[in-house]
Parts: sequence; C-alpha cells; structure tokens
Amino acid sequence: MARAVTPRRKALFTMIAWAIGLVIFFPILWTILTSFKTEAQAISDPPVFLFFDWTLENYSVVQERSNYMRFLWNSVIIAGGSTLLGVMIAVPAAWSMAFVPSTRTKDILLWMLSTKMLPAVGVLYPIYLIFIELGLLDTRTGLVIVLMLINLPIIVWMLYTYFKEIPGEILEAARMDGATLKEEILYVLTPMAIPGIASTVLLNFILAWNEAFWTLNLTAAKAAPLTAFIASYSSPEGLFYAKLSAASTMAIAPILILGWFSQKQLVRGLTFGAVK
Amino acid sequence: MATKASRSAARLMMAPAVILLMGWMLVPLVLTVFFSFKKYLPLRGDRWQNGLDWVGFDNYVRFVSSSSFWPAVQTTLIIVLGVLIITVSLGVLLALLLDQPMWGQGIVRILVIAPFFVMPTVSALVWKNMFMDPNNGLFAHLWQFFGAEPVSWLSEASLPSIILIVSWQWLPFATLILLTAIQSLDSEQLEAAEMDGAPILSRFGHIVLPHLGRAITIVILIQTIFLLSVFAEIFVTTGGAFGSRTLTYLIFQRVLESQNVGLGSAGGVYAIILANIVAIFLMRIVGKNLDT
Repeated sequence: MARAVTPRRKALFTMIAWAIGLVIFFPILWTILTSFKTEAQAISDPPVFLFFDWTLENYSVVQERSNYMRFLWNSVIIAGGSTLLGVMIAVPAAWSMAFVPSTRTKDILLWMLSTKMLPAVGVLYPIYLIFIELGLLDTRTGLVIVLMLINLPIIVWMLYTYFKEIPGEILEAARMDGATLKEEILYVLTPMAIPGIASTVLLNFILAWNEAFWTLNLTAAKAAPLTAFIASYSSPEGLFYAKLSAASTMAIAPILILGWFSQKQLVRGLTFGAVK
Repeated sequence: MATKASRSAARLMMAPAVILLMGWMLVPLVLTVFFSFKKYLPLRGDRWQNGLDWVGFDNYVRFVSSSSFWPAVQTTLIIVLGVLIITVSLGVLLALLLDQPMWGQGIVRILVIAPFFVMPTVSALVWKNMFMDPNNGLFAHLWQFFGAEPVSWLSEASLPSIILIVSWQWLPFATLILLTAIQSLDSEQLEAAEMDGAPILSRFGHIVLPHLGRAITIVILIQTIFLLSVFAEIFVTTGGAFGSRTLTYLIFQRVLESQNVGLGSAGGVYAIILANIVAIFLMRIVGKNLDT
C-alpha cells in the first residue's frame, strides 16, 4: 500500500534534500574545482566558482615534483595486499564458524571483535619497536601485515554474516554426493559467496586505503602511501591550494568511485551485522 | 550435521585467524604493560636489550598528575561528545529526510555519504587550508563579505573547528545506518497512526524514535570507539597545539616525540581500559543480536 504523495510535497522534499546534499558535498566539489584553477585563481578574492580558465597544469606539476605515482602505487599495494591476505585467512575461519558452529563460536566471534577495539595508540611503541627489530619500519610488507591484522576482525565478521545466509542444506547435499571438503568450499560455497566476498573486499580496501594512524607512524619516505603523502602538505606547501587540491583529488577519486558501490556493505561491515 | 572429521577440520581452518589475532592482541599488550612499569628513555641510551629499571607505578602516577593530563581528558570528552551530538541529531533528521519520496534520491544519498570515503588527511587539510585559513579560506571571504573580522579558526577556536571536520566525516556513517534502520520500519504502522490523526511529532516520538533506539545506540558506541582515537585530523591541523591535545595525541607525543616510552605506555594502558569500558557495552548489543 503506497502512501499517496502529492507532487508539491515531493518537490519540497526534493529541494530541501538536494540543498543539504550539496552543502555536505561542497568541500569535495570545491576541492575538485580548485584543482583545475591556477594558483592565483585558487586564492582570488572574491572566490571564483565555475568561470575560470580550466587547466590541468596542477596535476602534471604534482606528479612531476613529488613522484605521485610512487605513493599511489604504495597505497594500491598496501590496501590491496592487506585486503587479499586478510580474505585468504578469513574465508576458512568464517566458513567453519558459519557451517560447523560449536558452543564457542559466538565467544570467538565476539573476542575477534574485541581485538578491533584495542586503541592503536596504546600499542604504538611495541609495534614500532618490533618493526625496528625486524627491519619492517617504512616497508610495504610491514604495513600490509599491520593493516591486514586491524581489518581481519571486520573481514571475518562480514564474511560470516554473508555465509550465514547461504542455506547449509546445499553444502550437505554436496557432501552426500561425495564432495570432499575442498571441493565443497571451492565449487559449491565460493560461487554462491562471491557477491559477499566481493563486498567484503571492497569495503576493506576502502578502509585500508584511508587508514591514517599506522600509515603515518610507520612509514617515512619509501613506503609512504597517499595518506602520508597528503599529510606532507600540512607544511607551508599546503598553501598552494590548486596543487593541494589536485593531489587530494587524485588521492580520493578512486575511493569515491568504489565507495558509491559499497554503501550497503558499509552498514553491514561497520556495525558487525547488528544493523542490516 | 557436523561430523567429528568436519569439526576438527573446522578447528584447523579457524586456527590461522585466531592465532594471528591472538598474537596481534597479546604481544603488543604485554609489552605495553611491561614498559609501563619501567623507566625507558631510548634517547638517553636506555636499551631494552640491556634491561630496564623497574619503577613500579611511578609512570601511572606521573601520567595522571602531569599538568597536561586533565586538559587532555577534557579535550577528548569535548571532541567525542561534540561530534556525537552533531552526527546523531543531524543523522536522524537526514535519515528521515532521505526516506521521503523525492526526485534523484540515489544521487542525494551519494552526495551525503561521500565525505566518509575521503581519507582523514585529505579532509583535514582541505578544511584547514581552503576553508579555515584566516587569509584565503572560504570562511574568511564569507566573513569579510558580511563585514566581519576573519577568524583564524584552528588557533582561536581549535576545538569547534576539529569537531566540525570530524563531524563532517562521520555524519554520513550515522545517516546511512539510521537510514537503513528507518527503512526496516513497518510503514503500515505509521500509516495507521497517521490515519488515526496522530500529529507528526507524536508519530516521530512514539513510533520512529523507539524503533531507531537500537540503531542510535550502535552508532554512538561504534563512533565513540573510533572518535576516542581520532589522530590524523589533529596531526595535520594543529599538531596538538591550541588546546587540541587529546588523550590519544598526548600518548603519541609521549611515546614517539619525546620518547618517554614508560610514561607513554602507562598512558596507553589507561587508553586501553577506557576503550574497553565502551567496548563491553557494544559487545553486549552485538552479542544479543548474534544467533549462532
């Protein structure tokens, strides 16, 4: 039974919602616009909104001067590597908890969640020290490991809630037909779970890409990803608005696009299935 | 039907994740607790290999009695509460609005959610330079346009500025979760109330808000855990100056900037205890919802 909606009411809500949406989005829009201005136009008084000489110069300057591609590559490796590694470790764990639950499954899940609550700053020095001793400081390997570990609980939880939705009878039927455990997981479970796994990968890639505590504290020059690259603009360099904007736009564009696809997963992933 | 064989296989498959997380939790935790009872100043030649002096609860006492402790606690509380109040109240309103029929709903939702996907260092720097800069920031232009004196936001009003930046980042999260919860609300119940002539405010107070109660609790708990450890936003805007030093930032400075590891570790233990108090409530709610 759909409620009757008067066009006038719909138009009113449309206007209010669009206005608020644009206000919230404005900082991002402004950053993107500024990235196409010259430095002089970027700080012109009064500010120019759309009518300026559009230029791509900032993008090439940022790339040439700071070797942007290297930071981008570090981000891709760190976010991608930690996500893939995490999923590889989490799929078997989530599978066993979803399909062979024991009395302790709930406790284990909650305990995994609790490790996510550990404030990073509380264990900063031990990790820093371990990284120095093992030669992991400022390496991509080190960050892949740390980001995998901080996101592992979320990955396990998301996969678990997705796997729970797959009817166990299908797996039993496969087992009756003589499928081995490996075949069962590879040929029966995985195809059905691919949407769930894809969502998990997507959200965790975003979380790892934007992570800004460990990436800032455990990297210097070599392994620094985009989060740390942008942070370097907090020096007076940040007053070159057009270049700051170009660098920022390049750092957030891939994730904004991925983010649009992951709205639903965001809720499930970040509330540990408590809100669906 | 779990057989014995599949049970042991299950245990084996769970092992890597459990062992890794166990190590990730226990090793640094034990080291932090260990260092918190030691005098450990790497810059003055202390090496863990040579053994460290045991100082008992000295670091714990000193961390709490230092003149920066209570201001840091206060700053932390102001930021966490400020962001929670803004994001939850605006989040409820926005979620209600986005649930209404309108043209281009999908696009509006994307506009509202977008800030969540912006990395913290980018949003902090964009706000700091392009909006809050007292000379060239948009706010300065806006103030001048109305004939007011531009404000140097991050030094004169550091906390409201940081609260604004962090709220902008977290409002999408609150909105999205509350919207999901609203959409699961039985619309027939609302229509019945509407037909019975219940005014809009009482419909909101008696049907919508109670229904949202759990989602709001979850938003508050999850955000609190993340907000207690806000870092990058302070790191790139004020660097902890102008009264914006939170507990997290204070510990970071003790540990990495002044390299007083013992003292910083004692602070770390306090932070862990604090986070766990919040976590216990969250885990209860999540646990209740979990049927294995």
